[in-house]
Amino acid sequence: MDEMDIPTSAASPGGPRAKAAARPGDRIFLGLSRGSGILLLVIMAAIAVFLTVRAAHALAQDHGNFLTTFEWNANTDPPVFGIAVLAFGTVVSSLLAMLLAVPVALGIALFISHYAPRKLAAPLSYVIDLLAAVPSIVYGLWGALFLVPHLGGLYAWLDEYLGWTGILAYHNGAPRSLFTIGILLAIMILPIVTSVSREVFRQVPKMHEEAALALGATRWEVVRMAVLPFGRSGVISASMLGLGRALGETMAVATVLSPSFLISTSLLDPGGGTFAQNIASSFKESGDTGKDALIASGLVLFVLTLLVNGAARMIIARRKEYTA
Amino acid sequence: MSDLTLGRRAPAGAVPPSTTLRRPRLPRWAPAALAGLSAAVACGIGLGAGLSSRFQWGLIAAALFVALTYGLTARVEGLRQAKDRLATSLVWTCFLVAVVPLVSLVQETIARGVKVLDGGFLSHSMAGVLTIQPGGGVYHAIIGTLEQVGLATAIAAPVGLLTAVYLVEYGRGRLAKAVTFFVDVMTGVPSIVAGLFVLSFWIIMLDFGYSGFAGAMALAILMMPVVVRSTEEMLKLVPNELREASLALGVPKWRTILKVVLPTAIGGIATGVMLAVARVAGETAPIVLLVFGSQVINNNPFDGAQSSLPYYIYEQWAAGNDASYDRAWAAALVLIAFVMILNLVARGIARWKAPKGGRG
Amino acid sequence: MAKRIDVGGLSAYYGAHKAIDDISMTVEPRSVTAFIGPSGCGKSTFLRTLNRMHEVTPGGRVEGKVLLDDENLYGPGVDPVSVRRTVGMVFQRPNPFPTMSIYENVVAGVRLNGGRLRKSDLDATVERSLQGANLWKEVKDRLHKPGAGLSGGQQQRLCIARAIAVEPQVLLMDEPCSALDPISTLAIEDLIGELKERFTIVIVTHNMQQAARVSDRTAFFNLAGVGQPGKLVEIDDTERIFSNPSVQATEDYISGRFG
Repeated sequence: MDEMDIPTSAASPGGPRAKAAARPGDRIFLGLSRGSGILLLVIMAAIAVFLTVRAAHALAQDHGNFLTTFEWNANTDPPVFGIAVLAFGTVVSSLLAMLLAVPVALGIALFISHYAPRKLAAPLSYVIDLLAAVPSIVYGLWGALFLVPHLGGLYAWLDEYLGWTGILAYHNGAPRSLFTIGILLAIMILPIVTSVSREVFRQVPKMHEEAALALGATRWEVVRMAVLPFGRSGVISASMLGLGRALGETMAVATVLSPSFLISTSLLDPGGGTFAQNIASSFKESGDTGKDALIASGLVLFVLTLLVNGAARMIIARRKEYTA
Repeated sequence: MSDLTLGRRAPAGAVPPSTTLRRPRLPRWAPAALAGLSAAVACGIGLGAGLSSRFQWGLIAAALFVALTYGLTARVEGLRQAKDRLATSLVWTCFLVAVVPLVSLVQETIARGVKVLDGGFLSHSMAGVLTIQPGGGVYHAIIGTLEQVGLATAIAAPVGLLTAVYLVEYGRGRLAKAVTFFVDVMTGVPSIVAGLFVLSFWIIMLDFGYSGFAGAMALAILMMPVVVRSTEEMLKLVPNELREASLALGVPKWRTILKVVLPTAIGGIATGVMLAVARVAGETAPIVLLVFGSQVINNNPFDGAQSSLPYYIYEQWAAGNDASYDRAWAAALVLIAFVMILNLVARGIARWKAPKGGRG
Repeated sequence: MAKRIDVGGLSAYYGAHKAIDDISMTVEPRSVTAFIGPSGCGKSTFLRTLNRMHEVTPGGRVEGKVLLDDENLYGPGVDPVSVRRTVGMVFQRPNPFPTMSIYENVVAGVRLNGGRLRKSDLDATVERSLQGANLWKEVKDRLHKPGAGLSGGQQQRLCIARAIAVEPQVLLMDEPCSALDPISTLAIEDLIGELKERFTIVIVTHNMQQAARVSDRTAFFNLAGVGQPGKLVEIDDTERIFSNPSVQATEDYISGRFG
């Protein structure tokens, strides 16, 4: 680590930081802490590299088209597998989750920051934070054993009135479908979207709200004039963070969904699959090629979440510049 | 109702248009009454039409409440007030809609979990118990969880802490920016991807077997960014004067960090680490890929398959019979209790040791 | 365009704490009334009771009555939203909406009462209000730029334009110049002199020279004691308050012997 001990002091503008790396104790400590930072970068790079290597291995043996094949028979000879169904299921269930969760999360965030009686607001936001800590497998268990049996009636009802759309048709069978996954994921990402939005709404300067009030705005008009515009980018990034969570969620989906390698036009009918669910469900029956194939699908998931989270972070960063 | 003149202002001396500040308003109890009415009507519709699912009842009640409030207010108070009430009732509805599943989750877990949860459940493994039989317990899974999470913490806490120290105390320039960015990115890495990485690196390439340690490495990857973020926040709260005072006394920087900065922030750092522990203690996906699961007690995390609490829940759920469901719920209750206790203790520490200036 | 304010027996609370006690006074239409007094004496709180902004603060509560030309702001059935439309307010720190352009800021209040507004009407309102706030010449070429890009003094005049765009009866100003430099302060003071032709103006100020310069009448507030609520000591013509006040405490305060 000898080559690392010079640069920081050169860059820092005087003050206590200057000449930080002069003593042996300082050099060791700086080396250790900088080494940890570098280790983190190395891990991220290693994740990308190792997944790519295994994925390349899998793709070389794939006798189907990795992007368009509607089946996952990675352990047969020859192996035939493709991510089309998984990509569809992952994206659809996550988007559905976001669609359901974001309005409700916004409502709760506004409730906590602007509507709730003060005695209710503080404990409520505490509870929301605690709920973010409930392990996903518990959501999965609850989803499979409680939510699924209760959704049949609702789906039959939706089918009766909206079945003609095709998307909301329902042909019996336990409703272990993408739509159910969407609902469950929505409940799971609710806490994160809520708490990020709530923080943004809380940061709205009091003076802007008072300005709106003094113009004779109702409470809703205050929210629309001063709170929502101020918090818009924060809410967008909160939604993206929620989306990122939903995309990568494994166990809740694996317990609730009854997977199949068909794309059904109806979201209410059982079937479909997601990247993470497929990895967890098929792992134990997979041989070497099968594992590589799963890793390849994991790489796609990794890239997908990177893109979504990266976009969220960029929005947050832009917002910081804008408000500073 | 408005005296707003939009064209040229009235010439001076003209009588200003009269206003009244009064407007007809719904009584204070109106929203509550409407909510009660909607609930009653929804129950009526539900019973009458024979709707089996309570979700339908709830949805009907919510829709009725929102529509009634809007309609009535629009008639009595005017459109602007109606919009305001609409927003208010929607926000309240959101709150209720969100509370219902969460209450149900907690209630189900407790109600179904206490059935088989007793001393025997906590002190026995599944060795020799068929999944369709009642009996057996989570002892082996608790051992697994404690060891795996312990190892993960032993890896992630120092790395995360040092990284945060680097970012706050030394970090300038490109490297620090890159680390900051990738810590954010790492926060979003799905747990299954972390599992796949350790799988391809540790098990496939280096050819080690499934073990608790392999799982711990994946958990550590998930923990690191959380520890870095929370520690960073805490270190930033330490007032600069404290650092300068120490440096001015001729104390070397590394001792200043160790003896002044870290002790000042230690409460918050401990909180962050515990929250990270609580987060990974519930992770299942990497365990499925790397620890493989086991029915028997394996005290050695470095050799051979283990179980863990979340994995145990998954496994018992997958067995798919009443006895195993009972065990799954009981284990879920144990896991939630574990995670919640960690959370409460962590927040307790945060409150108790909040860095509020003063001496370190 | 301007109304008289009659305050009778008004007390305001923050939770259990009484902030001001039993204040009665009359504010004449088309005049400037200044509130002066030491920090924490409740003059800002009192100002905020005049357009029911006080009750926005958590725990804020008011007893007594405020008559606006014989109509009690705190009477039953009175809508605080209508009150605030009728009694406008300008705050200590300029607070244009950061996400809106200058134009949108000015019409923000007008739009609330909206319905169908023609663009030409809005344009006219913007020009009239900005001219009324002595800001038109400076910003007419960049009406669609963000309001946050203006200087502090310009922002404050933008806020005044926004407040007068809805044609209120009364304009409350809570230390409108305390965050501004002397030149901007002068501009605002000149503006106040013009605005009093059309509005009843109440201004809270820490600056006694400012009170002497801009106001017709001056009210002096003081604390009844440590931990006690604030109260009105006296209200009189500004000239008299600054030359020959009837209460000793007022003279002490003005001559700088305390506060």
